[in-house]
Amino acid sequence: MIMKPSFGRRAFLVCNLIFLAFISFLCLMPIIHILAISFSSGSAAAAGKVALWPVEFTTAAYDNVFGKPEYVRAFGISIQRVIVGTALSMLLTIVTAYPLSKDRNTFRLRTVYAWIFVFTILFNGGLIPTYLTIKSLGLIDSLGALVFPMAINVFNVILLLNFYRNLPRELEDASRIDGAGHFATLWKIYVPLSLPALATTGLFTMVGHWNSWFDGMLYMNHPENYPLQTFLQTVIIKMDFRFLKSENVELMLQLSDRTSRAAQIFVAAFPILIVYPFLQRFFIKGIVMGSVKE
Amino acid sequence: MNSLTRIWKKEWPLHLMLLPGLAFIVIFSYIPMTGILMAFQKYVPNKGLLGSPFIGWRNFELLMDYPDVGRIFFNTVYIAVMKIVAGLFVPITIAILLNELRREWMKRTFQTLVYLPHFLSWVLLSGILVDILSPSSGILNQLLGWFGIKPIFFLGDNNWFPYVMVISDVWKEFGFGTIVYLAALTGINPTLYEAAEIDGAGRWKQTLHVMLPGMMPIIVLMLTLNIGNVLNAGFDQIFNLYSAPVYESADIIDTFVYRMGIQQAQFGFATAVGLLKSVVSFIFISVSYVLAYRLANYRIF
Repeated sequence: MIMKPSFGRRAFLVCNLIFLAFISFLCLMPIIHILAISFSSGSAAAAGKVALWPVEFTTAAYDNVFGKPEYVRAFGISIQRVIVGTALSMLLTIVTAYPLSKDRNTFRLRTVYAWIFVFTILFNGGLIPTYLTIKSLGLIDSLGALVFPMAINVFNVILLLNFYRNLPRELEDASRIDGAGHFATLWKIYVPLSLPALATTGLFTMVGHWNSWFDGMLYMNHPENYPLQTFLQTVIIKMDFRFLKSENVELMLQLSDRTSRAAQIFVAAFPILIVYPFLQRFFIKGIVMGSVKE
Repeated sequence: MNSLTRIWKKEWPLHLMLLPGLAFIVIFSYIPMTGILMAFQKYVPNKGLLGSPFIGWRNFELLMDYPDVGRIFFNTVYIAVMKIVAGLFVPITIAILLNELRREWMKRTFQTLVYLPHFLSWVLLSGILVDILSPSSGILNQLLGWFGIKPIFFLGDNNWFPYVMVISDVWKEFGFGTIVYLAALTGINPTLYEAAEIDGAGRWKQTLHVMLPGMMPIIVLMLTLNIGNVLNAGFDQIFNLYSAPVYESADIIDTFVYRMGIQQAQFGFATAVGLLKSVVSFIFISVSYVLAYRLANYRIF
């Protein structure tokens, strides 16, 4: 039965729409504000004249940022850790999830192994013991300190193993009969069929690596080894210039003025904004995959 | 014996596949767990874990005598619980309102916009917040100025700091919850609404008696899983936004452990504090998983 909505109902719908539009504006406003500041002249930004549109448009802040070898180098280290870290992590996730997705008749110790992995979600050694372990392994100031500890993400393993489990068993039986062993079955059947799940975990791993900053701060003694987020943490937020030689202080003050800060934040957010549409699409699938269990 | 070798012959590739993953978690998760011994030692870096003298519960007694300990635990639980409650209430409300929109593209656009901050790191968001909330040049204080309100130092005022943490955390994370709850709402059988309408239920009654019960399983699940976060007040966020003047309202267990352990190199003491947190969290997370299994039939694997 279709009725013309009452006046109250229509009034509600209009208010609701305005309210939701306002909420989404609040979510984006801070990012647009920063973008506007980054393209404004230093004096306009300092005088607080910029709201959501650049005032006295200039790209000086970006020229300034990309002209600084410190920033560019930190950017490069972040790219490195994303590539190496994601590759290693995906490889490990794929081979770890496969045996754990078997039932107990095919793989006797499956549950024991699964608990060994899951226990690390429930309990950890804490900040100091982890730090001292990395240190005693000699990983300080190396890419390994950023990549190895994040190599196995148990949540991703669980997501993938649940996906494996929902693949039709007949496929595996068929490849068995054709004489394929576990390795061949994994590479030729499971991996091609689980590409959507792999894309999801892969994207999330990449974002995780790009965004992580605390490990860089802990494990890198020399600022020239900082990944981008750690570099930004010390320069933009803490404005901690102690590690610099005196001739660099002026350079750092330049990098920390308002428009340059805004430009650096935006450049660091840019790769995320690029992959975001994909992330969002896969994420919905990811929820469905993670929740469907038999 | 014979059957064991037969099983091994069949299953060895599976063991082999697990080997690299196991190596990584043993080195980076289980070996650090042995470092928990430090909590009971006067740890001296040169002497290492085996050479440092054991001092029993002394580190924990030191913690109990520490003048600020009550405040640190209070701040942690206070901020974390407020975040959990607001993080439940806000997305549910927004999801219900969003569900009233009839056009699919509007729902999709809205979800896309509000979910974005979730993917930006707290370093970047803190940089943005520091700029916006600045008492001298921040846009928020300029706006308040139009209404004759004097500049407020949001990040430097103990009365404001915890609430700024909660609001900015909700701002970053509510998009995720909204998507989850909206999915639950979309799954409600439309005949339930029709039945309620025939029984004379208006929109509000339908919200109470159809929508909320329809979302209840997922609400229960999200709430129970959040129990494990009661001691996680958000290190990344607070560490990037706090400063010495607001330690009184902002210092949480994680930031305290960092300052004691990494900055002041009191390894034994910091490990003891961290261990206390890990043990309590372990209990909370285990309870939450058991509850989630009992109440919502949720299994992690």
